Amino acid sequence: MNRRDALSRVALILGGTVVGAHVFLEGCNPAEKKAATPGTFSDSDIAYLDEIADTIIPTTNTPGAKAAKVGAFMTVMVNDCYDEKDQKVFFDGMKQLDEACNKQFGKSFMDVDATQRKTLLTEIDKEAKDYMAKKKPEDSKHYFRLMKELTLLGYFTSEIGATQALRYIAVPGKYEGCIPYKKGDRAWAT
Amino acid sequence: MPNDSVNINNKGVAQNTYDAIVIGSGISGGWAAKTLCENGLKTLMVERGRDVVHLKDYPTASKNPWELPHRGNMPLQIEKENPVVSRCYAYGSATDHFFVKDKEHPYIQEKPFDWIRGYQVGGKSLLWARQTQRWSRFDFEGPARDGFATDWPIRYNDLAPWYSHVETFAGISGNYDGVETLPDGEFLPPWEMNCVEKDIREKITAQHKNRFVVQGRCAHLTQPKPIHIEQGRTQCQARSLCERGCPYGGYFSSNASTIPWAQKTGNLTLKTNSIVHSVIYDDSKNSAIGVRIIDAQSKTTSEFFAKIIFVNAACLNTNLILLNSVSSRFPNGLGNDNGLLGKYIAFHNYRGTVTATYDGPLDKYYYGRRPTQPMMPNFRNVYRQETDFQRGYMCFFGAGRGRVDADGIGAEAKDAMTEAGGWYVSMMMQGETIPKATNHVRLSKDQQDDWGIPQLITSVDYDDNDVRLMNDFLTQGSEMLDNAGCKDIRRHDSQQAPGLDIHEVGGCRMGKDPKTSLLNKWNQLHHCNNVFVTDGACMTSTSTQNPSLTFMALTARAASFAVEELKKGNL
Repeated sequence: MNRRDALSRVALILGGTVVGAHVFLEGCNPAEKKAATPGTFSDSDIAYLDEIADTIIPTTNTPGAKAAKVGAFMTVMVNDCYDEKDQKVFFDGMKQLDEACNKQFGKSFMDVDATQRKTLLTEIDKEAKDYMAKKKPEDSKHYFRLMKELTLLGYFTSEIGATQALRYIAVPGKYEGCIPYKKGDRAWAT
Repeated sequence: MPNDSVNINNKGVAQNTYDAIVIGSGISGGWAAKTLCENGLKTLMVERGRDVVHLKDYPTASKNPWELPHRGNMPLQIEKENPVVSRCYAYGSATDHFFVKDKEHPYIQEKPFDWIRGYQVGGKSLLWARQTQRWSRFDFEGPARDGFATDWPIRYNDLAPWYSHVETFAGISGNYDGVETLPDGEFLPPWEMNCVEKDIREKITAQHKNRFVVQGRCAHLTQPKPIHIEQGRTQCQARSLCERGCPYGGYFSSNASTIPWAQKTGNLTLKTNSIVHSVIYDDSKNSAIGVRIIDAQSKTTSEFFAKIIFVNAACLNTNLILLNSVSSRFPNGLGNDNGLLGKYIAFHNYRGTVTATYDGPLDKYYYGRRPTQPMMPNFRNVYRQETDFQRGYMCFFGAGRGRVDADGIGAEAKDAMTEAGGWYVSMMMQGETIPKATNHVRLSKDQQDDWGIPQLITSVDYDDNDVRLMNDFLTQGSEMLDNAGCKDIRRHDSQQAPGLDIHEVGGCRMGKDPKTSLLNKWNQLHHCNNVFVTDGACMTSTSTQNPSLTFMALTARAASFAVEELKKGNL
């Protein structure tokens, strides 16, 4: 790829869901963003985020997001790479998600089973998608959009995600422009 | 000058005297040092930044994605403090040690200009995009034919043997395409196009007799020759992590190639952390005698002397040094009798991109990460003026497959997302800009950097021609992709500031006439002929091609000329 395409290629590969890349694609000026304030994620927050991530990317024939430590990755990104507005959306979203779970199942997200988690997050994912499609540019993003973005980015760039769910070759040694591919083959991680 | 400048510590003139001084260790400085040292000249290379030793000083070169703290993203605080460099495509947590931070090296943007700099041994040759297309005769003839800037004092044929010279040593991969607008060179085997790129090439060239799609030529060792193995370099491994420094020496940089080569002669002295304040001119000798240096750390000043001086500080810093080199003979900067020093800055217009999807074969994929992409040499106004804008643009494009962008969450979505998605295509422009006197840099009269050197003011902008040219690219690019069967075609104007192209040139241009140019056809200052400028500052115009290969060829040519002139006693 051309050097100028490097970032947009990453964005395309991740379906336009990588933090940083959206800044590039939308032409947003990083100088306009406000500095992030360090967050206060606890170990139980990380465990909670791990379960959210693992519901989005569960263990199948390859390990899921929790095994790839995506919860901890999310906290690093929110603390270091998010502006205050997105940080607030994310923090508030952690509460909203649990409230939604309580409302639906009468229990906290940590206390419901995997099937219930999937039911809940499938609905919230739909809600987030509808919201993102309708929202005005100046409106905040949906919290679940942020959680899903970070889960996909964190998982597919983790060692587990890149080498087991996807294919990763650190040193290809050569380039071949045309090789066979059949449905079900894993995509390249990079 | 800093306050301690009266306490010049010269340790004796003799000890500080060399045959030649090269200011800067980037892509052109490396070639100057190599050429001069090979010819037996004791050469001092002065670099303002720290040393970066090939292999040893590439700390991130072999890191996997998951080993980078933010997986390559930069923390917001760093982006906020460094808005300019943060806009650079190659800047990230794996490469930030090779980039100048905005707040450490301020400059004054009279008009927005993203000045991307690499202050270390090797300069931006560690970071460049490694595209190495030769200029064609049309590029050198452009200013004279179309009546802008000033006529180049050389033509393609003057430079052709020097292109061959530098290509052979640097190692350039490319296909022999036989295209008049893109002369062939000395090539290692080309990189392959993928099947969709081949499809699109066929469809574009079937529709347009005068448009060519070729594989981008690049400074990568696809098949090293003995000359490259002798440099200690090995085959490119198709990792595409080049900007971190290559542990294989797979691409050309000063660090991997010209500097160690010059060091092997025993004639090179490399002085790092040494900021050149100015070139010293001696009125009594009517020539430059050396350079004044400020130690980056101690801020003490010293002087070094030589018979010839090559200024290769990179375009804008070369302008800065020359503007700051004042004497009673040259009160407005070295060699600047006509007042044109710092003027006629040009750059490349990268604003337009076109993206699309393509119903390509879903049973085809590719292996490895290719460090180049197909390109189309300029097809506008080649033989005569035929559009409502001057000059033209070249196009880069590439096709690839993303991953399936599955809806929803859970096992099914996860499994879908691990598969290769449909094909996408993206195309970008590299447009020629017309050098103008109003696009200039100058020294601040009241603001200085931490070393007491005047800050540079940049005053460079697009004009209407650039916008018309971009619009033509957006139209033509979209049409070509549409005709090739692409879908979802989207046009985008990034409106990025000049400078982000990292192709700034000019300010100390070559020309035939001392009244309208600073340098002659051998890159000597007209009025101070033992000073040579062979980096981007010397360029009379930009063409539509990437500039670095031309800097290398001009440098090797000028340094060889300087050696001959010294032998003849003319310098």
